[in-house]
Amino acid sequence: MTSESRSYNAMELMICLAARYLEDGSTVVVGTGAPCAAAMLAQRTTAPNLMVLFEAGGMGPLLPSMPISVGDSRTFFKGLAAATMPEIMEACQRGMVDYTFLGGAQVDMYGNLNSTCIGDWEKPRVRMPGSGGANDLASLCWRTMMIAPQDPRRFVAKLDFMTTPGYLTGPGAREAAGLPPGTGPYKVITQLAVFGFHPGTLRMQVENMHPGVTREMVMGATGFEPGWSQEVTQSRPPEPSELEILRKEVDPLRYIIGRS
Amino acid sequence: MGLPGSSRLFMPPDVNAAREFFRSKSRRMTGKLTTAREAVARMVHDGDYLAVGGFGTNRIPTALLHEVVRQGRKRLGLSGHTATHDCQILAAGDCFDRCDVAYVVGLEARGLSRNARRIFEEGRVAVTEWSNAALAWRYRAAAMGVPFLPARVMLGTDTARRSAAREITCPFTGIRLVALPALFPDVALIHVHRADVYGNCQIDGILVSDLDVARAARRVIVSAERIIAGDEIRREPARTVIPYFCVDAVVEVPYGGYPGNTAYEYFSDEDHLRAWLKAEEDPAAFAEFVRSYIFETPDFPAYLERCGGLRRLQELRWMEHFPGRGEGLA
Repeated sequence: MTSESRSYNAMELMICLAARYLEDGSTVVVGTGAPCAAAMLAQRTTAPNLMVLFEAGGMGPLLPSMPISVGDSRTFFKGLAAATMPEIMEACQRGMVDYTFLGGAQVDMYGNLNSTCIGDWEKPRVRMPGSGGANDLASLCWRTMMIAPQDPRRFVAKLDFMTTPGYLTGPGAREAAGLPPGTGPYKVITQLAVFGFHPGTLRMQVENMHPGVTREMVMGATGFEPGWSQEVTQSRPPEPSELEILRKEVDPLRYIIGRS
Repeated sequence: MGLPGSSRLFMPPDVNAAREFFRSKSRRMTGKLTTAREAVARMVHDGDYLAVGGFGTNRIPTALLHEVVRQGRKRLGLSGHTATHDCQILAAGDCFDRCDVAYVVGLEARGLSRNARRIFEEGRVAVTEWSNAALAWRYRAAAMGVPFLPARVMLGTDTARRSAAREITCPFTGIRLVALPALFPDVALIHVHRADVYGNCQIDGILVSDLDVARAARRVIVSAERIIAGDEIRREPARTVIPYFCVDAVVEVPYGGYPGNTAYEYFSDEDHLRAWLKAEEDPAAFAEFVRSYIFETPDFPAYLERCGGLRRLQELRWMEHFPGRGEGLA
């Protein structure tokens, strides 16, 4: 991506875009890194009543700094509750959790994720951690989001292993498998574009492209044929006020947003 | 939809056998204070199936895990319920040969353990896949004394296909559910903030799955930051999260969760965790690292000394108590 004289970097843009999707008064389970930064930014801008949860049991912390682990003491610092993993997962299963953010080494056009292995599962070339809480959160939360760097090795036609459910094989598949109705992938935010999912085919499609990004760039970074929504608009760049909060309050040590 | 899963069920959910075992477990409130060395020697055997409390780098029983490695335990089963530095330690000792995996090999944002990866990639560990909630609820089922719990996770994925879960139809609503078999570990290692000599335990901060782990396991070894008098337990009975009759041995280990984070006590030592990951890049260097930090270190206080001692621990206390105020002492 050409960066001319832009006053923000790709990570800052992705975090700002993600933050704007989080509705005020909703609940979100986040991990460390960019998703946590997005939730913290949303709390300081458009969603002051956003309730942040961590899968190991932290509920509603006043995050003093970025957690390093989703179970470290930051995740319940001055929190509303220091609970248990079942407490969080059962809130998800009851239907009380609106959003979650996930990542993975591979994602396919239905938003299914692989975080288990590269190569054959029986004899993996790379063994990765596995599901962790990802499968649970993607199965149970209403809307699953991703913030992910996009390239053809990560956005693939076929996963080596489907760790975590997106829309599985397409329309009706989640319901047929027994996953709770009305759940599934919502947005995928990359350094190039924001993807949603076509309501009919449930395939990933470009909704916005970031300033300076072309369709060719998106296609070149996608290992499957990306869809295009009827009206592809340009992503709204970060406001100066968003950047100020992100840099001064959310990530002052620039762990996530980097130094570029 | 890929169920029943095709992988091995390492621990069958035999609730009647578990009842018979628990029937014979002592209810007497006797003193159980001992050392890490003695507790592990007596209660962790080659081939046992092991569960670890806490959450990877948070409130983990590091002192007990080092002892398992130092005593050369082999062929253990491991419950990989967000097993990060704990998995890394046990992999360093080549202690386990089968694993129920929800999360292993990685240390969250810090990266992947090269050595733990190697053990899995070389096929030296039999793997059955699950998710974090699945393992949490497997412990819960065992703690409840029922053979399985139904849930709505894993359905439709390769995680289910490579698990040992089954699928059932709800007798009331007709919906499809995954049946998660109760998991009764042979032994659990749990680090807590405070315990009395009988094993009544208090924990500050998140409990992760430790309520259920402590009740599901046949034998439980607790390491505690400090031992408190029984009167202290009785003063605030609502604080008791693990009752004494679940516990078989109690060990006092100040800083026993180092280099992990123990809430309200000390933050994780990211420098030392990085040193582990760095050493693992070269197998020979890592063998030397493990030799010097674990095998040739007689006990946990000696390990803490080797990692910077009280000076470093005081810095970690400050990081814990004054988060966001920069690193180290002002």
